[in-house]
Amino acid sequence: MSSVQLHQVFMRDADAIATRHADIFGNPWGRRAPTLAVWGLIVAILFYGIWSLGFSLTLFADGLPNLGFIVRLMIPPNPETWQRVIYYLNQLIQTLGIAFLGTLCAALLAFPFSFLAAKNVVPNLLIHILSRRLFDTMRGVDTLVWALVWVNVVGLGPFAGTLAIICSDFGALAKLFSEAIEAADRKAVEGVMSSGGSDAQSVRFGIIPQVLPVITSQILYFFESNTRSATIIGVVGAGGIGLSLYEMINTLEWHQVSFIILLLLITVSAIDFVSTKLRLAIIGVRPV
Amino acid sequence: MARTVKPEDTAQMADLVTAYANHVAERRRQTIMALVVLGVVILAAAWAAEVKPVVLFDHFSNFTTYVAGLFVLDTGASVFTDPVEWYWGLGKWLGLLLDTILMAYVGTLVGAAIGFVLCFTCSRNLVKNAWVCAIMRRFLEFGRTVPDIVFALIFVGAFGLGPVPGVLAIVMHTTGALGKLFSEVVENIDMKPVEGIAASGGSWVQQIRFAVLPQVMSNFVSYTLLRFEINVRSAGVLGFVGAGGIGMTLMVSIRRFYASDVSAMLLLIVACVMLIDYGTEKVRHRLIGAEQRS
Repeated sequence: MSSVQLHQVFMRDADAIATRHADIFGNPWGRRAPTLAVWGLIVAILFYGIWSLGFSLTLFADGLPNLGFIVRLMIPPNPETWQRVIYYLNQLIQTLGIAFLGTLCAALLAFPFSFLAAKNVVPNLLIHILSRRLFDTMRGVDTLVWALVWVNVVGLGPFAGTLAIICSDFGALAKLFSEAIEAADRKAVEGVMSSGGSDAQSVRFGIIPQVLPVITSQILYFFESNTRSATIIGVVGAGGIGLSLYEMINTLEWHQVSFIILLLLITVSAIDFVSTKLRLAIIGVRPV
Repeated sequence: MARTVKPEDTAQMADLVTAYANHVAERRRQTIMALVVLGVVILAAAWAAEVKPVVLFDHFSNFTTYVAGLFVLDTGASVFTDPVEWYWGLGKWLGLLLDTILMAYVGTLVGAAIGFVLCFTCSRNLVKNAWVCAIMRRFLEFGRTVPDIVFALIFVGAFGLGPVPGVLAIVMHTTGALGKLFSEVVENIDMKPVEGIAASGGSWVQQIRFAVLPQVMSNFVSYTLLRFEINVRSAGVLGFVGAGGIGMTLMVSIRRFYASDVSAMLLLIVACVMLIDYGTEKVRHRLIGAEQRS
């Protein structure tokens, strides 16, 4: 019997089947009410938000033609002179340098601190809570805010951007590392301890080999996402290609803007590609 | 007690020992090579990023003074002596913070809805046309690669200052990020229910509604909640380019050295992010738990 016929047979006495199995085919309102209430609340807040943030038809009626105009001006991407291309490429290299150095230093700083915050290594509750709150605070402050602070301290330029990435990633990486350490298998640690190893040795030979692949793949992942953040910290004067992007948008040079965005797209996908390959090589399996 | 080695074993042992030593030496050489390469890359990066350790060293006291200065009122007293004066603008700031959260909320929800619709069109197991998949994927890639601040800058140019361009920027970025994650979830589903619905004459939409959705919904919600948390953070700084929320006021305060205002607002933002972090984590754990039980 082909599928179409089966369908027809079912449809012929669909009503009878539905009445016989009311518990499956029926839609009792009692069961659906909580789900509907949650959805209703979600949609109500959405509409409240749309209303209170000042969305209006006139805004879109004015804005969408403007946007269309800007997009038309962006095509084709055109840097105009080779000097500009070289200048952008230099800034792109600077951006990558910021992202690379920022991620690496953040990871190096976060690594020892993450052991402090891991309950199975330092079983002191006070230290645990204090260090976790410190990490949360540091990563709760956005990279751009850190960049503004560091610009005040070391002046305009990529160095401030690097320090900003170090600060915000330090919190995020330390938190992730310490979670990885807490998830490590205790058996290896107990094995080292029972054969006479010291505390330090149990960490070195019991925990580090377990967490190193996880940590490395997280570092690579952060490097990917930092190439994106490094492109925007230039907006507040902390180096990288963001500065040019900001200037070009402000001076309405839309050809240049689209060229820079194109450069960014190419760079970010190239880095994604390489780091995915590296991650796979390090952890062996495809991350879910 | 260690087992004594018989004379005829020693020759064999010697071979093993040399083999082991060679192996260790080989590993060492590889590690050293890797470290050298890493060192060169670090130096190149440091040169590109214009790292100036001397400047950092000379100015590091500036940083500590700056951070300490954030907790001093205009009168010169510590903020903790007069919390009322410290949070003089609490009502205004809470309003701005609420705006920021609403921006993230609307942006996440609309972005998730668009990503939800698009993710089925770029899942290879549901769409047989390779071209449609490839084009939709490029579009999503574009949305998530361009940073939301850049979208915000462009939208501020088109729509003017205010929260609307910020929300639109979040929508673009969220669509890209969630669309990709959603389609990865969809590509990993069990295809048997889909075949079942198709075999009993269900349309493409019915296949998705009754065979795909029940398998993916909890993952979708979990990813959306994670994204909401990320978006609250980024909505906080979209104001830097004039796209609404608390960011604009924060940036003005930082630029003009209104020290105690900066610390007050930053602490508010951090507390709010932590709360949302905590809340979404609770909901996600309940969702994952519910899925494992059923």
